[in-house]
Amino acid sequence: MFYFTAVSKKVIPAIEGFFTMDPEAPRLLGTQCKACQTYFFPPERGYCRNPECDSEELETVELSHEGTLWSYSHNGYKPPPPYVSPTEEFEPFAVAAVELEREKMVVMGMVPKPYTHEDLKVGQRMQLVLDPLYETDEERVMVWKWRPVEGGGSK
Amino acid sequence: MSKEVAIAGVGMHPWGKWGRNFVEYGVKAARDALKDAGLEWKDVDFVVGGDTMRNGYPGYVAGSTFAEALGFKGTQIASVYGACATGAQAIDAARARILAGLAEVVLVVGADAAPKGFFAPQKGDRPEDRDWQRFRLVGMTNPNYFGLYARRRMALYGATSEDFAAVKVKNARHGLHNPYARYRKEVTAEEIAASPLVADPLRLLDICATSDGGAAVILTSIEFAEKRGLKVPRIAAINAATPTYPNPILDMPYIATDSWAVVQPDARGFKPSIAYGAYEEAGIGPEDLDLAEVYDLSTALELDWYEQIGLCGEGEAEAFLRSGATTFGGKIPVNPSGGLACFGEAVPAQAIAQVCELAWQIRGVAEGRQVEGAKVGLSINQGLFGHGSAIIVKG
Repeated sequence: MFYFTAVSKKVIPAIEGFFTMDPEAPRLLGTQCKACQTYFFPPERGYCRNPECDSEELETVELSHEGTLWSYSHNGYKPPPPYVSPTEEFEPFAVAAVELEREKMVVMGMVPKPYTHEDLKVGQRMQLVLDPLYETDEERVMVWKWRPVEGGGSK
Repeated sequence: MSKEVAIAGVGMHPWGKWGRNFVEYGVKAARDALKDAGLEWKDVDFVVGGDTMRNGYPGYVAGSTFAEALGFKGTQIASVYGACATGAQAIDAARARILAGLAEVVLVVGADAAPKGFFAPQKGDRPEDRDWQRFRLVGMTNPNYFGLYARRRMALYGATSEDFAAVKVKNARHGLHNPYARYRKEVTAEEIAASPLVADPLRLLDICATSDGGAAVILTSIEFAEKRGLKVPRIAAINAATPTYPNPILDMPYIATDSWAVVQPDARGFKPSIAYGAYEEAGIGPEDLDLAEVYDLSTALELDWYEQIGLCGEGEAEAFLRSGATTFGGKIPVNPSGGLACFGEAVPAQAIAQVCELAWQIRGVAEGRQVEGAKVGLSINQGLFGHGSAIIVKG
């Protein structure tokens, strides 16, 4: 992966506490209520949002790194800020909504190049990867994305 | 005690890109609504303004902004914001005050002057803000959410781009003679297919534009309307509600759903629950409707609404549309006004505009787009950050 070669840049997450920075096996970080066991992503920090649960004890847990494509779309035009385009000339990209079987929830993410919306099909297997969101002169800003599992879908 | 209120008058400023101050649009709509009701500004004892987020501070205090423009006279005011559902929440606030006996004649008014292009979040670096998260971390625009639902329809029910285009063709025809619509021109399936792909599978002409516009209603107590001899439509129900936890459907602007690993989701689902709450309050069902104004932010979303408001079964919307059921002469014309397809969205005015259309239709004065024998209508929309609203109007 190319970001190991440019050692001069600091590699940082696009947001703190949402995912691990393991380049080979990144994980989304959610929280789980210690009382009712329900999951949250983005990680809920203060209070359990289950209206039947009063708990304030939420622990950080790694979420499934594979799931099923619930649906997808793409951006043919550049989204407004705070979106930051990684390239000077905007390049369309796909977005994926992936259902996690264990946590029973759907989590969005961009789809990394070279995959486009034309490579996607509802119901196929997707896996979590770490990929640059954009770069500055000093930093490479990383985010989680969903990539099709090779040979692992209904394609 | 009746929970109904009377729609004594309605008024609108035409939708478009006029490039003027939003206050002007709202005041024009308010003055038209007063005239329509045969009432004067001095008769109004409560003003509810629908807020706009895109026009600086005057937009956040819309109630007093409009009251100032109409002439300060010590009127009670409220300012309400609920994204696309703003107008319905504003009407609900008006209804509550009338039913509590705290007001007799209420002006509800909303107007917007919208920028070109995608709706953008407020400026600033706010990683805790769901709206910041979806744009920064996933690049999710509003049309991306519509795209997800559309792709899902295609996968589950075999919907096609041609089905989506057929919604636009229908609505463009409906709006041809609506003097308040921004786009009054027939659109062909070929033109839609040739328009740029904005948010797969949706093309530019599948997605509603952002517009300038203003809409107003004058609500009164039933007693006041009767005293004045006003034979006017009534608001029979308003349901402006949140989903129940857990909501398993990805709603704007979230980047993940709730988890349904522990708690079972509501069997009905959030968007159907918006309509059914209103049906329950009005004591009617979808079979009693003569028309509906639904929030067609995209063509595919209109198909979702057919099912979510109970006009047809799940997966049947494409066939229902193709049968002609939702156009003039059909079982239940949907978006006789032309819908968002012909208006584009003027956020705080849109849900009020839906009610204006229901009132005109039920009064039988919707020239060039009249649904024959319209007596009962429903309007519905979804908000942002988990809420939506439905209003039922009866003759």
